Amino acid sequence: MATPMVQAVAVHKNFGRLEVLRGIDLEVAPREVMCIIGPSGSGKSTFLRCVNHLEKIDAGKLSVDGELVGYKQRGDKLYELPDREVCRKRSEIGMVFQSFNLFPHMTALANLVEAPMRVKRESRAVAEERGRRLLDRVGLADKVDAYPRQLSGGQQQRVAIARALAMQPKLMLFDEPTSALDPELVGEVLDVMRALALDGMTMVVVTHEMGFAREVGDALVFMDGGVIVESGAPREVLANPQHERTRSFLSNVL
Amino acid sequence: MNTTADQPLPAPAPRVRPEAIKAIPLRHPWRWVSAVVVLALAALAVDILATAPNLDWGVVGKYLFNAQILRGVVVTLELTVIAMVIGVVLGALLAVMRLSKNPVVSSVSWFYIWFFRGTPVLVQIFFWFNIASILSLIKIGIPFTSLQWVGITNKIISPFLAVILGLGLNEAAYMAEIVRAGIISVEHGQTEAAQALGMGRPLVMRRVVLPQAMRVIIPPTGNETISMLKTTSLAFIATVSELFFVQSQISNFNYNIIELVIVASLWYLFMTSILTFGQYYLERYFARGALRQLPETPLQRLRRTLFHFRAPPPPPAEDVSITAKPHG
Repeated sequence: MATPMVQAVAVHKNFGRLEVLRGIDLEVAPREVMCIIGPSGSGKSTFLRCVNHLEKIDAGKLSVDGELVGYKQRGDKLYELPDREVCRKRSEIGMVFQSFNLFPHMTALANLVEAPMRVKRESRAVAEERGRRLLDRVGLADKVDAYPRQLSGGQQQRVAIARALAMQPKLMLFDEPTSALDPELVGEVLDVMRALALDGMTMVVVTHEMGFAREVGDALVFMDGGVIVESGAPREVLANPQHERTRSFLSNVL
Repeated sequence: MNTTADQPLPAPAPRVRPEAIKAIPLRHPWRWVSAVVVLALAALAVDILATAPNLDWGVVGKYLFNAQILRGVVVTLELTVIAMVIGVVLGALLAVMRLSKNPVVSSVSWFYIWFFRGTPVLVQIFFWFNIASILSLIKIGIPFTSLQWVGITNKIISPFLAVILGLGLNEAAYMAEIVRAGIISVEHGQTEAAQALGMGRPLVMRRVVLPQAMRVIIPPTGNETISMLKTTSLAFIATVSELFFVQSQISNFNYNIIELVIVASLWYLFMTSILTFGQYYLERYFARGALRQLPETPLQRLRRTLFHFRAPPPPPAEDVSITAKPHG
């Protein structure tokens, strides 16, 4: 079998004395779309942030595309990676945030070309060409020169997805990408994500959109209290949850 | 998905739009009362100044564009600009150091700010001006070798440089706190988004955080610059011929003390007005992307105040859409 894109073995994380992740084991295969659901405080966002080392894990093993996140193993010793290496690895992983986090002082296109030009040292022409293509792909070709605050929430989130794609990542992480949106605007963002999944992008999506998880997801994980309670094919888990906790959660959201 | 999506929206009811509301505007008698009071007080002040028997306006006129005074104005501006440049650059550096994860670096910054903010700027100027009395030679060299450069302190630290050191190093301590406040004000999500794109710390600071922090940094920096313009008058203690020192020299000689103070004040007011004006435009520049509507320019503001004195300020209806300047 090919190297899993994401592999977590007994991942633990605590904030002070609070244990947020208490042993997470999961695997995401290349081209797979994994959705993570669960109540707030269950640790699903924290896990996502561990994958690109925005948070450090305290125990266990977490690797992306066969390489440990944040550390290097030589013999039986772990060495912390220098900032430069951490940055290089992050640049291969796209992330989309609940609150978009577009750079408000830059136009949509400037948001897209910033990292490719400054991190990957691409020329402006190359970066802008791809930037325009990506904005077109998320349906915002006419918003190239708009500032984020002139866009609706749904449009901002689509720019944010395009910004992450501009780095040509091998993995995309979505942290509740539609939770801050008006109900009417959720669809346009999910459409972009669906198209991305059809293109074969490997995605880990923390979401409350059960419909999306069912239709687009290849795998579904239900987390609660820092552990994975149940996982499997989305249709199976959603239609026929095995665990009592999953049942009560689903009955409250559906 | 949505079956009603293709249906046209219901047409608005075919009724005539009702006439625009014509109401009798609310009276604002206190605006008029306060205007009368203020005018009366202003007239009184003008009267006192104009008719004071020993105040010779001719002297004010004579010295306003006096060559010595003008040279003093130039020196004041030089001191202000150089000290502020040192203050802003060193201040930004200290602010970044203060927020550094390296404990040595952040303590150095803390100590610097503690020391330079904790002693009067007049004392600091005085110290640099008199440094030669404790250190007559400045030696720069590599320890334990014969490579050394020696200079005579009095020749290196001129009175002008002493003032620049006093004002600039002191200003840096204040600017450090202003810049730090600006950096902290930028939402943490911005840093995370930039990091997630693979940007390193220096890049995140320079390209994402500082440009946004500018909105918070600029108003107090404008304040500091205006304050600095006036603080340069402390240079008199080091006998630097800036505006205040020059005017006091002239009045020592001709005893027209108040007249020359008025000359100096008029120049200080003129220069601070220019700075205030410039600050508006700088704020507008860094507001791009942050506001849907840019703040008024001083001229727009003046026009509104003059022509809408009786009416409430108009709602921000006129669409000053943000000009999308291409970045970089």
